[in-house]
Amino acid sequence: MNVPGQQPQTSAWSMYRAIVGIGAFCALVIVVVFQSTAARIRDNQERFLAAAIADVLPETRTTVAVGLAEDGRLVPTTETLALPVFLAYDEAEQLAGAVLTAMGMGYQDNIRVLYAYSFEQNAIVGFKILESKETPGLGDRVEIEPHFIANFEALDASLSVDGSALANPIVTVKQGEKTDPWQIDGITGATITSEALGNILNNSASEWVPVLERDAGTIERGDRSNGQ
Amino acid sequence: MASKEVTSTDEFVKGLWRDNPVFIQVLGMCPALAVSNTALNALAMGLATTFVLLMSGLSVSLLRNFIPREARIVCYICIIATFVTSVDYLIMALSLELHRALGAFIALIVVNCLILGRAEAFASKHKPGRALLDGLGMGVGFTLALLFIGVVREILGSGSLFGVAVFPDGFQTWTVMVLPSGGFFAMALWLLIVNRIKQKQAAAAKTVEVTS
Amino acid sequence: MSGQNQVLEIGSSPHVTSGASVDVIMRNVFFALLPVCVFAVFAFGIAAALTLTTATLTCVVTEHVICRLNRKPTTVGDWSVAITGLLYGLTLPPDLPLWMVAVGAIFAVAVGKALFGGLGCNAFNPALVGRAFLQAAFPQAMTHWSLPFAADRFSELPGSILAFPFAEPVYDAVTAATPLARMKFEAIQAENPDLLWGLTSGSVGETCGALILLGGAYLVARNMMNWRIPVSIMLTVSLITWVFMQIDPAVYPRPAFMLFSGGLMLGAVFMATDMVASPITNAGCWVYGMLIGGLVVVIRFWGGMPEGVMYAILLANAVSPHIDFLIQPRVFGTGRGAG
Repeated sequence: MNVPGQQPQTSAWSMYRAIVGIGAFCALVIVVVFQSTAARIRDNQERFLAAAIADVLPETRTTVAVGLAEDGRLVPTTETLALPVFLAYDEAEQLAGAVLTAMGMGYQDNIRVLYAYSFEQNAIVGFKILESKETPGLGDRVEIEPHFIANFEALDASLSVDGSALANPIVTVKQGEKTDPWQIDGITGATITSEALGNILNNSASEWVPVLERDAGTIERGDRSNGQ
Repeated sequence: MASKEVTSTDEFVKGLWRDNPVFIQVLGMCPALAVSNTALNALAMGLATTFVLLMSGLSVSLLRNFIPREARIVCYICIIATFVTSVDYLIMALSLELHRALGAFIALIVVNCLILGRAEAFASKHKPGRALLDGLGMGVGFTLALLFIGVVREILGSGSLFGVAVFPDGFQTWTVMVLPSGGFFAMALWLLIVNRIKQKQAAAAKTVEVTS
Repeated sequence: MSGQNQVLEIGSSPHVTSGASVDVIMRNVFFALLPVCVFAVFAFGIAAALTLTTATLTCVVTEHVICRLNRKPTTVGDWSVAITGLLYGLTLPPDLPLWMVAVGAIFAVAVGKALFGGLGCNAFNPALVGRAFLQAAFPQAMTHWSLPFAADRFSELPGSILAFPFAEPVYDAVTAATPLARMKFEAIQAENPDLLWGLTSGSVGETCGALILLGGAYLVARNMMNWRIPVSIMLTVSLITWVFMQIDPAVYPRPAFMLFSGGLMLGAVFMATDMVASPITNAGCWVYGMLIGGLVVVIRFWGGMPEGVMYAILLANAVSPHIDFLIQPRVFGTGRGAG
């Protein structure tokens, strides 16, 4: 392997030394940066979430994080779930709605969304994308296209008669073909992303809305924590 | 001493114009075209890249006698990836909104050939001070170039500059400019202008040579 | 302007090898387009007249300025840029703001033609390059159509057309969906005679299929157009559409509708036949036409947009050098067995 005229081959030891040494150095740098920024990042994320909740459900004053108990009942929780769900209360301490996080596969990567469910209208009344890596200019139009955002002013999510599932599954239809309140008017040119959002909402709502409708009223007043 | 002063300044200045990474070397096109849709994104991307350039340049230069020639690429990439990860966390700590806007392109700084190129071509052969100056010059040059592209795209594509509307209501936005193709148009426009100026300069330099 | 034009006629034009010089061919194309233009003005009134004039003038002026900037003799005299401008104008919606018409025209000539090296070097049909740019830049304005034969079309201008440069147009006229949009979104097909005689809404010059065919026939008769390209496009479109109509007539339209709706006629006859951007050999022209026809059907049936002629032609333009490369007449004495 030694081409004549080239400098002598470096010993294996010095290569190991360099690679392991640099690996250790890099690991150290990353750990230091991660440790020193972790608190700020968590802080930012909490503030971001609070702002996002206020965005999708403006009446919100206080929130209670809820989760499922072992027997499938809705209970307040103090754990930080991967996809947190909140009950939101307004100024008069009345239940204003629920704010849910949902996640699913988009075109490029997972999309995380936050949406508000209104017990009064039995509909999804607010929607915001928390995290997406969709193609700039195409998939990310789901965040700016006015006709698409208008879908979530009142997207029907009412339950079937026995209360175990959605009466009509939430689906994305082609742009301009929306006929029913549970359909999402898609975006031409962002078909995959808009369909993915329909699936994400449908999966999350089918799972949570029956539980919320059944148990949300049972959450005790004293359990409420002050969500800023 | 005096001549050395001049050359150190030159290490910095060359990145701004003579060897500008975007307009002259045409390196790092992926971020230059992808995240220059607004001036703010362009600026943030430029600064993040500058940070990585500086830190990786410094590290590579300090470790240049420690890194064997055969294993250099893996070492450089490892160092660069470390600082890109750091900058990712730093931006998240700074502003989640900005982090969302830049999206996947922060992670893609790793494969920006400008950074590996400077590590390989300059930092591994020069002292840390020089490497820092070179990295700073290249970084500022990159940032300025992105900003130039971003300003054009934001003004035409959104009718605003750094998020502030610059036109009265009713301005017709040029959708194409915020799309990826707009990046190519704005880039081509600046390349046209830069090449034109360079041609003029070259012609002027020639006349000076002849007359003197 | 007219004074300039007279001076420019003296400029030498580049010569093509087919015998007829560029300006002779272009003048004939102009004659072929004349009925289409007259009908456009008849159907859409002064708005169409202004659109066509602005498009043509802006193209001519842009070419002249670019030649001047390059310190080269102006090539306006060969008429080709005027034809580009006219064709470009015919593809636009009739109530498009004039400033957008001008922006697209500048783009068509500067980027679509001059950057490639001028006449004879352009890889794409310049008129369609200009239109594609407008489609990407101003998608709303480019899909807004006014009704043909409006009562006040000769007395009043649509408010949008005189929008201040760089300002958003304000539409006052009634919107009319094009036959293709109605097909795509409402599954309603327009009647054959309406499409043939241009009684539907659409771009300035694309509505009247009969007059476009007449112009094409004139050019073919004078041996100034390769008839294989439009014939190949139309045959391909008809054939594929017919097959799909047999499968499900409720979803897929009839072939005649596909042929005479949207920009297919105008595109097949006047755009795809651009001498520079189409293949050289006859066999190549057949392949090129089939490619365009296939793409049109694919975009119209399964794409997001109702119309796809423009993109189909631009894509085929990009492929045409490769078609030429693959379908080369064998040089005598070489090839198989000559090794």
